[in-house]
Order: sequence, then structure tokens, then C-alpha cells
Amino acid sequence: MSAVVTEHDDHHEHDHDHGPSKGLLRWLITTNHKDIGTLYLLFALAMFFVGGAMALVIRAELFEPGLQFVQPQFFNSMTTMHALVMVFGAVMPAFVGLANWMIPMMIGAPDMALPRMNNMSFWLLVAGVLMLASTLFMEGGAPASGWTLYPPLVLQTGAALPFAIFSVHLLGISSIMGAINIIATIFNMRAPAMTLMKMPLFVWTWLITAFLLIAIMPVFAGAVTMLLTDRFFGTSFFDAAGGGDPVLYQHIFWFFGHPEVYVMILPTFGVASTIIPVFARKPLFGYSSMVYATAAIAFLSFIVWAHHMFTVGMPIAGELYFMYATMLIAIPTGVKVFNWTATMWKGSMTFETPMLFSIAFVVLFTMGGFTGLMMSVAPSDFQYHDTYFIVAHFHYTLVPASIFILMAAGYFWLPKWTGHMYDEKIGKLHFWLSAISVNILFFPQHFLGLAGMPRRIPDYAVQFADWNMVSSIGAFIFGFSQLLFLWIVVKTIKGGTGEVVTDEVWEDASKHGLEWTLPSPPPYHTFTTPPEIVPTEHF
Amino acid sequence: MSDGVDSKNRKLVTKLVLIAIAMFGFGYALVPIYDVFCDITGLNGKTNTDAVLETQYQVDKTREIKVEFVTSVNKSAPMTFRAENNKIVVHPGQFYTVNFYAENLTDKKMVAQAIPSVSPGLASEYFKKTECFCFTEQVFEPGESKTMPVRFVVEPNLPEQYKTITLSYTFFDNTDKSVKN
Ligand code: HEM
Ligand SMILES: [Cu+2]
Repeated sequence: MSAVVTEHDDHHEHDHDHGPSKGLLRWLITTNHKDIGTLYLLFALAMFFVGGAMALVIRAELFEPGLQFVQPQFFNSMTTMHALVMVFGAVMPAFVGLANWMIPMMIGAPDMALPRMNNMSFWLLVAGVLMLASTLFMEGGAPASGWTLYPPLVLQTGAALPFAIFSVHLLGISSIMGAINIIATIFNMRAPAMTLMKMPLFVWTWLITAFLLIAIMPVFAGAVTMLLTDRFFGTSFFDAAGGGDPVLYQHIFWFFGHPEVYVMILPTFGVASTIIPVFARKPLFGYSSMVYATAAIAFLSFIVWAHHMFTVGMPIAGELYFMYATMLIAIPTGVKVFNWTATMWKGSMTFETPMLFSIAFVVLFTMGGFTGLMMSVAPSDFQYHDTYFIVAHFHYTLVPASIFILMAAGYFWLPKWTGHMYDEKIGKLHFWLSAISVNILFFPQHFLGLAGMPRRIPDYAVQFADWNMVSSIGAFIFGFSQLLFLWIVVKTIKGGTGEVVTDEVWEDASKHGLEWTLPSPPPYHTFTTPPEIVPTEHF
Repeated sequence: MSDGVDSKNRKLVTKLVLIAIAMFGFGYALVPIYDVFCDITGLNGKTNTDAVLETQYQVDKTREIKVEFVTSVNKSAPMTFRAENNKIVVHPGQFYTVNFYAENLTDKKMVAQAIPSVSPGLASEYFKKTECFCFTEQVFEPGESKTMPVRFVVEPNLPEQYKTITLSYTFFDNTDKSVKN
């Protein structure tokens, strides 16, 4: 990308419309939303492979019963670190990267509202993730309590505990700064013609996500700070001996944790709502219901947290309340699924790679939603809880949903970002390999969970052997297929297939979004004067 | 960027930062909120940790409630701890005494605190102890073993749906933290 951008800037150097600085320093000090977007996306891609490698350690160990490759303690560090790296290092930063690149271009703004803070939040993210990764090399090993960091187990972590906690603080501050920036950009930087109800859904979903982040990251930071003081300063927030209660931690954690899963899915919904209309060649069906459904999901996400705690011994009234409240979420979520389907209905669909990933998302995310609904039934959840069934549930909502949509976004916008076309054949190969192997990987985990296989244990009873082997085979195919994506990204940045890429890239895309009215690749600075007319999904 | 946008940004950012700080505070506020909520509703099964006076109740001979006793030692501290019975059957309104035994397996003095918990949580407010080793820290001389009675009553107004109540104790080794040491 860098080569392309500099080419453009040679012609544009005035005193305030300056281009990027030269050399590597550019990336360290940049305040340009496109540069920072690129940094976030590349960092997220790197972490996707790091987290993926950890997942393969887990699946290698689970390939057969018995202990083969790693010690149980290290196995548990892997499940913990895999989750933390994927959530905080890959999925969240990838969406922040998309927000950086796309939000200003979608709302006709010259840049993010607070460019210097933008740079800082990226580098804090890097610092946070590096600190987290460093715990792998510490005495006593990386945290091995699961990503939920429940006490009293997590308090047995060795030297790594304070580092893991500080890394959560850094990641939290970084996300909050990113969120503030996104809200300020959307509220204060829109082109005058871009009224709220004309904004693309990606912008809407990010606006709501940003508010979620500001509300929940501080709560998580507080919870881990309490862990820190319990361990080092003699407080007893979660220590029964001193009058505390470990279940309190679970309440605080899930007050953060449940909305957190929506932080990863709402922008996913936004990108899907952006891509599907373009390849169905129709406006998005039910635009305003999509906006309201997003807001409803965000609101509900604050009042359902204890569905993660059905088995802690809540009274019946609590179980019932959290059960019904959780079921309510299926309604706005269903609205969205129906809207995407209706958008495709009778559309002139074509099936380029971004569309393939998006369609797979609609189908497979719905599967994850259904298992969620099953688990929301409190008495049934006693069977599913802490088994592989729930692992299957949330991987269906995260891998063939959030990750697939991130892939789709990559294919969809790479030609815009780089001015080069990616290789459609390899893209489709990547799609089919991923879509098939992801099901080989995660579908059998439903069976394992229903049959009673617990999660986060390195060994298992022999009756689980067959499906575990199938799942591991799927995992390795899935993992290695992702290298195709890496290859495509690198090749596209370096010049792609050589096909000419038009401004709108996809047929009639400029009807759907402002970004497609800009050149491909867009110059370093865009919309320094706001556009007068904006496209909407209401055509 | 024009001055107008700059000052709008400043105002908005200030508000958002304040929300973030308030939410950090809210996380901490959840601690007392939880305690009060649990006190009122008995959600987390905490029972009285100070003695209640022995009062006379109308004994309900028609009802039988199974009371189970669970004992555990936190972080496998070097002690044994058990109840004389795993369970007894009681009539609401009548007082019972059950003995618990604990032994310090080390040759050092040990200070330990037992933490009680009642399940189901909502039954805890009907379960009253007049005498319990959990009301204070217990000091064990090297190798000492103790017999510790617990006297309790299940109140007659215990709602119908509760047929079994589990009383569990966990001993925490507090030797390092305790003032009695
Ligand atoms: C219709 C929507 C959904 C419903 C009704 C639902 C319901 C549930 C329930 C009841 C659990 C707890 C299961 C247990 O621990 O026994 C759960 C766990 C989980 N869900 Fe969902 N869910 C839904 C959508 C989602 C989405 C969209 C995501 C993520 C993008 C997600 C991610 C997770 C995760 C990560 C966990 C497990 C957390 C852990 O224990 O580590 N869910 N879900
Ligand atoms: Cu949840």
C-alpha cells in the first residue's frame, strides 16, 4: 500500500496538505486515518496467526486421548491466551482498523476527529498485547485460568498475574480511546448532507459499539484491579475468608463479558449489511429496522449477563429472569437475519468472494444463534454449561461470523485500498476451504458437548476420540487455508492481478456508499471539502 | 479543522471520558450493591456469622427437613476437618447440636477461620445458628484436635418447597494474616 500512496503524494505537497513522512518513522508517528487503519489491520492479521497457532496446539493435543504434546498447565495457558489474543489482539483491532479506514470515507470526513489520540491508541494496543505475550515466558507460566480469569483459580497464577492485569488495563485504555475517537468522528465530522439516518450501517453499528466499549471496558478494568488488590494488598473482594464472594467476580466479569461478545458481533453485522446489498444489487432491506435492532441488541446486552452463570446457584426467580431476557435477544437478531435474506431475495446476485463469505456468515451465524437459544433455556443449560457444546456455540458466532465477515471485508475493500484487484480464483478457493473446514472443525463439538465432554481439559474419555479427531483434522485444514488469505493480501498490495480497478470497484457500488466515489486507491487525504450529495441505502 | 469542530470535540470528549470514569466507579459500586442485594434476598447463601439468641419456636413435628453437612479445607491447608454426621433429619422449630472435628496436622500454631454457606441460598435466612465455631477465628496449638459443636434451628416459617438444606463450611488457614498469631 505504501508505495501507491507515496506516488500520489508527489504531486500534492503543499504546506498543509502534506503526504506521509518518509521511511519507517512514518508508521510510528502517523496520524493519518488510512495509515492507522492499515496498522490496525496488519497487526490484527498477525495476531490472528499467533492466536491460530495456539489453537492448533490445543487441537493437536486433543487429536487423541491421553497427553501427547504439552503439559496440562501449558494446555490451559493455551486456551486462555488463545482467547485473549483472538478477542483483544485480532477481532477487536481488526474492526477498529476497518473503522479507521472506512468511517471517515463513508461519512465524508477528512480524517478521524482526534488523530493524535488515534496514533496513541494503536501503540497502546501493541504495548498491551506484547505485555500479555511476555507472560508466556514468565516463571509459573502464562495465565491458565481461562479468558474469564475467575478467582480463586486465577490468583494462583505465578509471576505473570500482575503483567496480565496491566495488559488488560492497557488494552482497555486503548479501546476506550478508540471508541471516544469514533464517537467524536461520527458526531462532529459528518458531511452536512450525511444525516444520522443516512449513515451506512457499518457506521451505525460502530457508533453503538463504541458506546458499549466506553460502558464496559472500565468495569473490566475495575474487576481485574480488584483481583490485583486481592492478591497483593490484602483486600477480600472475592476471598471468602475475608468476607468476600468469588461469585461477585463472575457478576462483574459478565456485566462486561456479555456486552463484549456484542462488541465483536455488532460491527460484523454492519459490514454484512454493507456488502450484501452491493452484490444483491438492491438497497438494504429494512434500513431503519436494522438501526433499531442494533440499538435493541446493545441495550439488551446489559441485562442478560447471568446466563453465563445459570449453574452458580441462583434462585429460581433469577434463573427465570435471565432466561427470558436472554431469549428476547433472539428477536432483534432474527430481524437482522430476515433483513439480510430479504435483501438477497429477488436480487441480481453475483457470487464474488466477499459475497460468498457474507452468505456463509448469514447461514452459519444463525446456527450459532440457535445453539445460543438452546443454552438460554436455564434447565437445559445445566447440561450444556462448561462442555464443548458452548465451545461450539461461541465459535459459530465468532469464526464463521466475525472472522468470515472480516475476510469478506478484506476482499471487498482491498481493491479500494490498494487500487489493485485480488486473485478471485484463489479467493474462492480460500472461501470454500474455509467454509467446509470450519464446519468439520466446529460441528462435531456440538456432539462432544452433548455427550458430556468438558471444555478446557487436555485429556478426555475414549468415547470422545472419534469426533475429536475429526474436529482436529478440520482445525488443521482451516488453519492452513488461512495462509491463502495472507498470500492474497500480500500479492494484492504488491500489484494484484494487474486488472484495472475502477473507482467503484463493484458494479454500481457508488450507489451504496461514498467511499466508492473516491479514486482507487484513495489519495492520502480525502474529503478535505465535504461532499454535497451522499448516497443512501434508500434508493 | 475549524475552531467550531475543535471545541465541539473537546466538549464531547470530556463527557465521554467522564462516562468512562463513572463506569470504572460503577464496577466498584457493584461490590456494596451486591452485598446489600444479597443481604435482602439471601441470594448468595450467606448465613449469620454472629450468634443469634436462642428463642422458643413452635416445633412442627409434621415436617421433616434433611440438613446436610459439607466440610472442606481451602487450598489443602494441613488440617483435617469433618462433621460427626453427613446429614440429619430435623423438625422445623427444634434446636439441634452437631459436632464438628478439626485437627491441626502441623507442629506449628495455626489460626483458621471457617466460612459457612447455605444452599439453596434463599433458605439461608430461615437457618439460624446460636453457636458456631465460625463466629470467631479458631486457634489450634501444634497437633491439637478439637470438637466444635454447632447449634442451629430451621425456622418453622421455612417455605414449603425446601426439603433439603445443605450447610457447608470451608476452613481457611489465616495464620499469616491473623492478629491472634
Ligand atoms: C441469539 C443470540 C445468543 C444467545 C441467546 C446466546 C446465549 C448464550 C448463553 C446462554 C451462553 C452461556 C452458556 C454456558 O456457559 O452454559 C453463551 C455463551 C457464550 N456466547 Fe452466546 N448467545 C448468543 C449470541 C452470541 C454471540 C453473537 C456471540 C459472539 C459474538 C456469543 C458469544 C458467546 C461466548 C463467547 C460465550 C461463552 C463465554 C465463555 O464462557 O467463555 N453468543 N451464549
Ligand atoms: Cu452472553
